[in-house]
Parts: sequence; C-alpha cells; structure tokens
Amino acid sequence: MKDRNHLADVKTVSNVQIIKNGVVDIPMLQILSAEGSVIDGAVEPALTKEESLKIYDTMEYIRVLDERMVGAQRQGRISFYLASTGEEAASVASAAALSPDDMIMSQYREQGALAYRGYKTNQFMNQMFSNKDDPNKGRQMPIHYGDKALNFMTISSPLGTQIPQASGYAYGQKMSGKDVVTICYFGEGAASEGDFHAGLNMAAVLNCPVIFFCRNNGYAISTPAEEQFAGDGIASRGLGYGIKTIRVDGNDPLAVYAATKEARALAIAEKCPVLIEAMTYRLAAHSTSDDPTGYRSRDEENKWRAKDPITRMANWLEGKGWFDEKENDKRVEKARQDVLAAMKACEKTDVCDIDDIIEDVYDTPPWHLKEQLASLKAHIKKYPQRFPKTAGRVK
Amino acid sequence: MAKMNLLQAINNALITAMTEDEKVMVFGEDVGHFGGVFRATSHLQEKFGKGRCFNTPLTEQGIIGFANGLASQGSVPVAEIQFGDYIFPAFDQIVNETAKWRYRSGSQFDVGSLTIRTPYGGGIAGGLYHSQSPEAFFAHCPGLKIVVPRDPYHAKGLLLASIRDKNPVLFMEPKRLYRASVADVPEEDYELPLGKADIVQEGNDITLLGWGAQIEILQKAADMALQDGVSCEIVDLRSILPWDVETVMQSVMKTGRLLINHEAPLTGGFASEIAASIQERCFLYLEAPIARVCGLDTPYPLAHEKEYMPDETKTYEAIKRTLHY
Repeated sequence: MKDRNHLADVKTVSNVQIIKNGVVDIPMLQILSAEGSVIDGAVEPALTKEESLKIYDTMEYIRVLDERMVGAQRQGRISFYLASTGEEAASVASAAALSPDDMIMSQYREQGALAYRGYKTNQFMNQMFSNKDDPNKGRQMPIHYGDKALNFMTISSPLGTQIPQASGYAYGQKMSGKDVVTICYFGEGAASEGDFHAGLNMAAVLNCPVIFFCRNNGYAISTPAEEQFAGDGIASRGLGYGIKTIRVDGNDPLAVYAATKEARALAIAEKCPVLIEAMTYRLAAHSTSDDPTGYRSRDEENKWRAKDPITRMANWLEGKGWFDEKENDKRVEKARQDVLAAMKACEKTDVCDIDDIIEDVYDTPPWHLKEQLASLKAHIKKYPQRFPKTAGRVK
Repeated sequence: MAKMNLLQAINNALITAMTEDEKVMVFGEDVGHFGGVFRATSHLQEKFGKGRCFNTPLTEQGIIGFANGLASQGSVPVAEIQFGDYIFPAFDQIVNETAKWRYRSGSQFDVGSLTIRTPYGGGIAGGLYHSQSPEAFFAHCPGLKIVVPRDPYHAKGLLLASIRDKNPVLFMEPKRLYRASVADVPEEDYELPLGKADIVQEGNDITLLGWGAQIEILQKAADMALQDGVSCEIVDLRSILPWDVETVMQSVMKTGRLLINHEAPLTGGFASEIAASIQERCFLYLEAPIARVCGLDTPYPLAHEKEYMPDETKTYEAIKRTLHY
C-alpha cells in the first residue's frame, strides 16, 4: 500500500486570500458570426455539402414539426408539446458530430438529435398520440421518445436523472472495449439537481467516456438563469470536477459541431468525460402549458431571434453556394404536408389493448397484476360506455 | 458444503456470479480494496480487477443513477448502498427510474440486470440511522422485486437468483445476522426461487409470518409457545415483492390464525398489506384478528432499542392473545 499525501500539490500563502468567482475566464467558441459568415481566424469544421445540408434540413424540419405540434396542442389534438425553437443547432449539430453507435440520453428538448438520427414523422406522431404503434405503448406524455434501434434512450420526465445514468452507460461502453461514447443532454436548470453533481463527479472519478451537453437556454420554465446559479454558468463547474470543458455558442451550428467532435475524440482517446455548455435561448415557451409573456419581454426575445441558428446557417450555406432557395422552399412545404398527413393518420390509430396495462412492469406479469387485470376487464365489460377506448376490444 | 456466516455467503455468491459472467460489476462506497465496511466484498477487487469492483464517490443517488445506466447498457451491476438508512438520496432513481425503465419504454430498454444490495435492520446499537427497515417504502413501487434472506444458505441462493433475475431487485441483508448466523452453505452455484415463501416449521394452531432476521425471533417465540402446547407454523416470506400470497393463504386456512412480525414501524408497514390481503382471502377461516407485532411508530431509538424491538416475548404474548381471542 503506498502512502498518500493529498496536500502534495497545494501551494501555501501566509495572508488570507479570497478566490473570487470569474478568476478563470471561460471563453465561448464561435465560428459563424450572427450573420452567418465565418469569423476571422476561425476554422470551419470539415463538413461536406451533404453533411451540412443534413444538419440544416433537420433544423428546419424540427422548426416545422414544433410549429405544427404546438398548433395541434392548441386545437386539442394532443395533450402537451414542448418546442425547441431557437435551440435547434444545439441538439442537431451536436448529434451530427457523433457516431450512430453513440448513445443519446436526452432531457426532453432534443427532438433535433432524434430526427437527425433518422426518427420518422410517423414515429414522432405515434408517440405523441399515445397509440398502439408507439413503442412506449402509449404510456408516456407526448415528446417522451425513445428508440432502441437509433440508440436514443427513452426519455423520462424527472429532471437530471439521466446525468448519472449517462456516466454509468458510458462506463459500460468503456468496459465493453468499444470506441463509443454517451452524450447526455440537459438544461441549465436541471444542472441544479443533485443528480448533476453526482453524475459529473462519478464520471470524472471513474473515467467515463461521456459528453455532458448543457443547453444553457436562459430559462427553467419562468426562472431566469441568474436566479438559478451565481457562478460563471455551468462550464465553470466542470473545472471543479476536473472535467475538460468547452463553452460554445449554441446558436452557431458550426461551433456546436466542432466542439462536440472534439469532445467525442477526447472522450474516446482519454476515456474521460467532457462538459460542453452551449449558450442559447429558449425562444419557445417552456411547454404548451407555459406563457412566457408573464416573465420576459418581446424585446428580449427579438434580440435572440436575430441570432436564429437556422438563418445563420442558411447564410453560411448560401456563401458556400450550397443553398438552393427554391429547392429549400419545396422541402419545407413537403415537411409541412408530411407532418399534417402523419398527424391525420396517426391520431386515428387505436390505443393498445387493455391487456398491455400490466405488461413491462416486470419481464412477465406476476400473480397480483394478473389478478388486478382480470378484475379491471370485468369492470370495463360492465361499464363499456365509460371506457370507450378499450371496451370494444376486451376479451 | 462449507461453514459460512452470512457475509461470507454473500461474498461467495458475488464471486460465483462474477466468475460466471464478466458483465457482473460490484461497486459502492468503500467496496473496492477495503472490501466494504462489513467486508461483504472482500478480495473481489484483487480477484476481478478495479474495472469490475470499485469504490464510488459518496453519493447514493449517484451510485443508483450510475447503476441504472450501466444496467440499461447491458452490464450486470450489483450496487451496494452501505446502510439501508442511506438509501433515500437514491429514492428518486429507484422509484422513478429503476422501477419504471421497462414500462415507460415498452420493453425497448430495461434495467432488469440491476441488483441493489443493502444492509437493513436493528439490534446492533445503531440508533436512528443504522437500524431502519425501509422495505415498505419500496414495496409500494411497481417494477421492483424485494428479497430478504434469513440465513447464509438463503443469502447465497437468493442473491444469485436476484443477480440473474430479469428484473431489478432490492436485496436487503439483515446486518444483525452478518456474523451471528453461521450455516452449511453449498460451495457450488445454486439459486433459490424469488417470489416464493418458505415454510420453516410446520404447525397447526397459528401461522407466524416474517422475513430476514425476524425468523429467528419467530422460532424463539414458537419454542416458548410449544411449552404451552401451542403448535406454530413459521413461514419465511423471503420475497416482499412480489410476495407469495398462495403459501400464506394455505397456511392460514390450515391454522386459522395469523401473526405477522417485522422490525419496521407498524403503521403502513408491509404487515398491513399482508393482513388486508389475507383477510380478503381467508375471512371465513380466521378464528381471530390478524396480529401484527412490529416496531413502534417512532424513529428507531438507541437507549430503548430492546424495548422497541418486536422480540420473542412480545411475539409470545401476541400468540397467546390470538389463541384466546
């Protein structure tokens, strides 16, 4: 057993020294200006035309999906929705920098990452309409997606729980010997949860190849960031945990891509976690149950609209000669039509049979669940009008 | 066969599981080189390396969050919470994550390979925060299995079954018996069934039901009652969730009387659930109200530990009351 001296590297001083917040200056990586031109001295990440357009198209698709689904919720067709307007670059461009084998453990505003992985419009719809084609079997509120084939872990509502889970998932990946990582998304609000501390500290100590991707979008429902923490954002915490950290302009898709690419390479090469803080703004309401006019001004929102990641990337693509406006308009229109058509088709699909209510609690239903199901079915048969979704199919 | 105490049986089960499946990983506070504060994980790090048996930082919510992620990835985590009393920071991870993982994803993902080991129970002068029996909190949570061994033989067989079960298991170890209970334990691999009670002793006049360290108490009380000519049937529930209603029901239909004993406080304890279910099923067979001999509805005391405990004398008195109802 070797002797330890945990004070070995500590310098001493002979007068009281107060270490102040902000001693470490954490800069923000920016590659594109707000207008979408490459900033002097910035290095464009190596993205092909095809890759660039895939990022752009996915961002635009998500904007369309979000607009339509907020509308659908207003019409009472779905119970709940949560848009990512203004934050598309954060989720889409980061997902673009990953390998499809990397696990994504998201919070709930990362539909862009899921769409980038290849989740189809009807898959989004099946989940949101809680129908029998939803792989979650209609058990979770809208937007709690998950897809095993796409390595996208099913979302749960509790905030921040995915953070230590991502550390564990990444540890398992490392032990399996594969060069893959886990990316874990969360907001600056969730970073106040105890699970944030637990997860980052464990990842650092246990050398887990995980990318902690914080979307610092300025608000947790109505609570502004300055009422959430007093330190220098979330990035400053990474240093405290001994985690390599990058702060990036979250509305700059090229910067997000470059930062995530670098983080992934580091995580694999050094088997370590990396924290990315993406500075962005939640232009959308928190969810369809929220009304931001009660806590922020139009002016403030407009300042951020001017930094819209989609416009910014369109301008960059245009500069490259990769942007065809007519083609793009057609694609957007087609996306709108697809969303509407899928919505119409999927909202009519039945919910699962009542027998599914006791499935997946355990690998097989134990006696007490079978007993409760039998009694429930007898009751439904007795009151079919009360339970129109399932009564007709009770066997 | 080898003579083992309960800790050695646990250690032996972990070695068996880790030898058989390289995906099994054991971790928690102090479980690495030190082998755990009770030494349940002694020498595992030497045998299987730091990658598979390791210390974690001091964070119960982190340990279970990490374990959830690891299980969902396909590894087989055996996470230790050093004392059952300290499991509560992990309550959210267990109740909202572990227990719901499979259901919420429609079986796309699950954490069925997870086992959480934790010592529970009093009788060791542990006071409020080293004595609790938190099983009832978790029994209220669909998706979990809860298993409690009563001796070294059960500790090994039930732990191996828990590690290999396709559902997350909370494995609660009676720490009072860690060194006190010694028995012959097969050295080879074996499993005992989850969700099945065990009839420890057959009898005709009253069924005494318990689990874990309280089985010993029930045996002592049954011996006292035998002096009065009372024949007690003793049933070890072994699994709290799902629990074996059938075996309990059959026993109660035979004896006509039921006494349930647990260390946890009376109100909302698992005895309440059993009593309700058994009166529903056996109403016309019952000769007396179902008796509960439990801890008091107080925090677990220190100086008054002996008074607090549902011991054999309290159990014996309750047997007499039930018989003479």
